[in-house]
Amino acid sequence: MKVLVPIKRVIDYNVSVRIKPDHSDVDLTNLKMAINPFCEIAVEEAVRLKEQAKATEIIVVSIGNKACQEQLRAALALGADRAIHIESDYQLEPLHVAKLLKTVVEQESPGLVILGKQAIDNDNNQTGQMLAALLGYGQGTFASKVDIVDDVVHVTREVDGGLQTLALPLPAIITTDLRLNEPRYASLPNIMKAKRKPMEVVTAESFGVDLAPRVKLLKVTPPAKRQAGIMVENVAQLVEKLKTEAKVIA
Amino acid sequence: MSVLVYAEHDNQQLKDETLKLVAAAVQLDEQVHVLVAGSDCEVVAASAAKISGVSKVLLADDINYKHQLAENVSTLVLELASDYQYILAAALTTGKNFLPRVAALLDVSMIADISAIESTDTFVRPIYAGNAFATVQSIDPIKVLTVRTTAFDKAELGNNAPVEAIQMSCDAGLSSHIEDQFTKSERPELGAAKIIISGGRGMQNGENFALLEGIADKLGAAIGASRAAVDAGFVANDMQVGQTGKIVAPDLYIAVGISGAIQHLAGMKDSKVIVAINKDPDAPIFQIADYGLEADLFSALPELEAAL
Repeated sequence: MKVLVPIKRVIDYNVSVRIKPDHSDVDLTNLKMAINPFCEIAVEEAVRLKEQAKATEIIVVSIGNKACQEQLRAALALGADRAIHIESDYQLEPLHVAKLLKTVVEQESPGLVILGKQAIDNDNNQTGQMLAALLGYGQGTFASKVDIVDDVVHVTREVDGGLQTLALPLPAIITTDLRLNEPRYASLPNIMKAKRKPMEVVTAESFGVDLAPRVKLLKVTPPAKRQAGIMVENVAQLVEKLKTEAKVIA
Repeated sequence: MSVLVYAEHDNQQLKDETLKLVAAAVQLDEQVHVLVAGSDCEVVAASAAKISGVSKVLLADDINYKHQLAENVSTLVLELASDYQYILAAALTTGKNFLPRVAALLDVSMIADISAIESTDTFVRPIYAGNAFATVQSIDPIKVLTVRTTAFDKAELGNNAPVEAIQMSCDAGLSSHIEDQFTKSERPELGAAKIIISGGRGMQNGENFALLEGIADKLGAAIGASRAAVDAGFVANDMQVGQTGKIVAPDLYIAVGISGAIQHLAGMKDSKVIVAINKDPDAPIFQIADYGLEADLFSALPELEAAL
């Protein structure tokens, strides 16, 4: 069974974003970029499935400008077998990404597609669900455990209030939550080997998908600043302030 | 044309988030219909009919909606969608799970986690873990939106809207439910609590979370946790507050032994009053705290419990 893992190049999660002075967007120039943390978990899960002999080939795919080949190489170093780069200079919406991925799924016919639950830049949490809808597949979102039994995948999901386990016939779509696994680091020999693994480059335009934006970004603003707080000396003073000044406790 | 609001419930009880969804919906259009999809959930529909601003409650009571599986619920909502200009759900796990499916089937882009409504087609939403807010305009004919419920006040009660049963049994046959493992708790739910006390890595182990319990009981507070505390296995993951956990905005948030990583702040920085207890005076949490106490939590927590 092939496993397809779409990954996204995003700002490194430790880096604070700056907003452009004209408020047109965030400013990503010269910032450290990385594989979206949830996508890294997706790659790791695919590699573990291969190690358990449940997957035969892992294909990673990323959509974006040329720079995202860096993240595809990183995923190859983690254990993916080959990469597909869909070149596009547009800011694509999850719906567009899902449509492009649908074509890749139809060409490659993987048994499982594993995505991250959300990208930490736009925080949308949509692409996996949309891809499942377009393909008419079942979906196991926010997965914290994945277990393949013959032609069915059992997915334990992190839902409000606890966990829920579902069974989905394959092929299916899974989106990863944080606790699915702990991604490994790429070793130096694997980073070297990854340079020789195949990477196919295609343009998004060649897919014949309408990529016109449906949502216009009007402006980006910083969050409201909180008023500077004060340091209290001790617990008694804290309780006193909460009762009389903030009036949040009786 | 009108607004379809997807009710948050557990088949027995309507959740408060639905009241906040209705408050957002009435800003968009006068006609607000609430869809209650579930199994044996008539009592939920009856509660929804009491929310001011609701014109009609649609009750889809069928075994196929019992666990609100995305595949079945999205098929149902898709069937109803042509009558609506807006489809709203809470930005909680149920809404996040099925609504993008609906949007894709309608061939429209979805706007996630809106925190404000600027006009009938323009919305504000947090991006980059709440470090920036994007104002976006949708040009799609049907606006499919999840709502950050903590950003809206609850709609009032005191209505008696009609309840209309809809006979549609959608089984997509793409998924089946095996089991639920819900965390049992006597305390208020994180999303609904007025006061939350959260512990982080500084708690050192799961047993030490007991130090928070006495305080939580005295304050009627919910107990939360940072990702570090959850990843270290101190507590269950549904207690996690943050970008990838729950987004909360209580009246009082007490962060204990939490450094204040970007990811955690994204989940709680809209709280009215923030208290930080940390022994590291340079912890970033102090930059957003209204009241900071530089102290060892192991001495401060028993003192706090005694002082309440």
